[in-house]
Formats: sequence, structure tokens, C-alpha cells
Amino acid sequence: MAVIAGGQSLIPLLNLRIAQPDLLVDVGGLEELKETGETAEGLRIGALTTHSDIEDGKLPDLFGGLMQHVASGISYRAIRNYGTIGGSVALADPAADWPVCLIALGANVRIATRNGTRSEPVSDFVRGQYTTSLEKDEIILGFDLKRPQAPLRWGSSKVARKSGAFASSIAIVVEPGNGGPAAVALAAAGPRACLLPAVAKQVSSGASSDDMLRAAIAQDLAALVPEADSYSRRLHASTLLRAVRDMRSR
Amino acid sequence: MTSVAVTVNGARLVTDIEPRESLADFLRERCRLTATHLGCEQGACGACTVLVDGRVTRSCLRLAIMCDGKSVQTLEGFADDRIMEVVRRHFHACHALQCGFCTPGMLVTARDILLRLPSPEAQAVRHELSGQICRCTGYANIITAIVAAGQELRRGNGG
Repeated sequence: MAVIAGGQSLIPLLNLRIAQPDLLVDVGGLEELKETGETAEGLRIGALTTHSDIEDGKLPDLFGGLMQHVASGISYRAIRNYGTIGGSVALADPAADWPVCLIALGANVRIATRNGTRSEPVSDFVRGQYTTSLEKDEIILGFDLKRPQAPLRWGSSKVARKSGAFASSIAIVVEPGNGGPAAVALAAAGPRACLLPAVAKQVSSGASSDDMLRAAIAQDLAALVPEADSYSRRLHASTLLRAVRDMRSR
Repeated sequence: MTSVAVTVNGARLVTDIEPRESLADFLRERCRLTATHLGCEQGACGACTVLVDGRVTRSCLRLAIMCDGKSVQTLEGFADDRIMEVVRRHFHACHALQCGFCTPGMLVTARDILLRLPSPEAQAVRHELSGQICRCTGYANIITAIVAAGQELRRGNGG
């Protein structure tokens, strides 16, 4: 059995006979998966929210335009019109745009279980390449994001060999404007998007030089993706440095 | 077989289909609307681009059954469309097609670009068009045509 929402990743796999489920369940009509809006704590995003809904600013913007920016960089408009944020996270492609963004923002995923609902950080939910904690009888309802304490500063950088293709590297840096701790997330490096604690510490310190950032990047990459070759290490170092510069230039 | 009701180019159609049938196959094989071309059947080439409820989509990446109750518009459905008339004329004038295989998807996408980005610069068109592949590599003329169509539409709107 496979769950289908927008189908923009699943249908290519069906067309290529890579996925061959005996049953396809379309969740596109479930109102519970469309629950979107501001909450007391921040923002709730329904799993069926499409990339173009976010690109077009149909969600309240609590994060200084970061989500709109990420959405507009996903594949092509024709794909963004149907691809959903829930589907992106459920597939858990290591190079996907939403897991890394939601991990940088510290988002939680809300899941419908047989007996109710459960919630966990997206960083725990995504376990590895195309692997999540989702059980066979569970589906993603949506995501909850906390309102930042102060206006968020962010920067990002993405390298893809072809526009619209899955990325070779995505780096996202966020920092609350009141000097709170920064978060730095990287996708397409290992089997899943991950946080880079040493780089985040350098960014939080405010005035770190490129050399200090490079040392922190090398430290995090050695711990998180020890198997990375020299090209990959240089590539990820570049996107991370560009993301930090992007944030500082905004 | 399952029954679906789909509006295709303004005409309501109720028919039995296989749940596994793609929208592209539905349009070409059942509706005999062969302007919608199938290139890659995995969402990469854009030749099969149509509108569903007014939004551009790859018809190879939708199942027809998911379009139950929806309105589909193929290139054939734009015969009397004012924007498409301008786009088509500039494609002709700029020689924006060679073999023509990608042209249906290019036209439907060009119209969508001009609706979202009035009178775009060539750079913006190039970016927006990056999901449409022309294997004759006739991109330069296609981009020129879309930019020219955007300029004419802006003049027409008094901008």
C-alpha cells in the first residue's frame, strides 16, 4: 500500500515501475491534512499544502520569507502546483528542500496514528535515506513551527547541476534577531538532512571569520559524513559559507 | 474500471477509466486530444503540460482518476484564448519551433509565465522555462517570442 498526495515524486516512480504498490490511497481529499494557519505558539502547516501555495505567500510568514524562498526553488512551477510539503518530508529524499528547512526551523511533525496523534521533531522523524519513523498505519497531518522570539535572520545556498533537479548541496542558516542561538542545517551530504552544531556555534558568536567557519565546517563534516570525498567536502563548505554570507548580507 | 466526471476544454465528460490511467493517456487515447505530447513520462521534459483547474501540471504525473470533478484544459482548449493568441503569433513570427514536439508544453507554460509575471525579462523567462525541454535546442527563439508576447500584452493592457 502506498499513500499518494501530490504524487510528484511517487508517480514518476510508478511510471518507471520502480514502485509497484498493490494499492494506492489518495489522501488529497482529507480536510484534516489541510489545517493551516497561525496558532498560539506559531504556525501550523497542513501536510497537503503545496509548494506553490507557500511560494505565492498563502501562509502567514513568520520566518522573514525563508519558506517562500525555499518553495520557489523546488523543481518547476508545474511540479510545485501539486507537490506537497507533507509528501516531501514523508519521502525523505536526502537532497529534498523541506526536511532541511524544517530541521533548521526546529519544526515538529504531527502524525495521525491508529489511536490518536503523535508529534516529534522533524530531525528525529527523518531517520535516513527515504526512511522515516512513520509506521504503516500512520500518516503525516502537518507541521508545527514555533514563532521566533525576534524577527528571524536567515541565509541559504543551494547547488544543483540543473535547475529544478534535486540538489547536490543545500545549506540553510537561521538566527533569531535578538542574538539567540543560530541553527545551521545541511542536505544532500549524508543519508539525511542534519544540523551542524560546531558551525552554528561559530555563527552565533557573531563575528567569526571565514577561517574559523571553515574549521567548524570541517569538524562537523568529519563527524557527520566521514566518507565524503574531497569534492563533496569543498562543495558543502561552499554552500555553508555562502549561506552564512547570504544571512549577513540581508 | 471506475467512473469519473471530468470537464475537458469546457465539455463535461463522464466515462469509465482504469484507476492506473495517467491524465496524459486519458487525454490522448480516450479524448483523442493529441496536442498533449508525451516525451519522458517522468515529469522532466514538460511536453505534456496542461492546466488542471487553471494550474499548470504535467499530465504524465497526474492520474486521470485524481481529476474527478476537475476541469482540464489542453492546448486544443485555447483556440479562443486572448493571451494564447498573442503567444502563438509571436512563436510563429520568431520561429520559436523547429520539430514542434515540445511546442504544446511550451505554449501552455508560456501563457502561465505571462499570467504570473507580466512582461518578464529574458532572464526570468529562461528560469521559468527551465522545466521545458526542447531537443532541437531552439530556446533562444522561444525566449524571444515569450518576451515579445509579454511586451505586446503589457502595451495592450495600457501599461
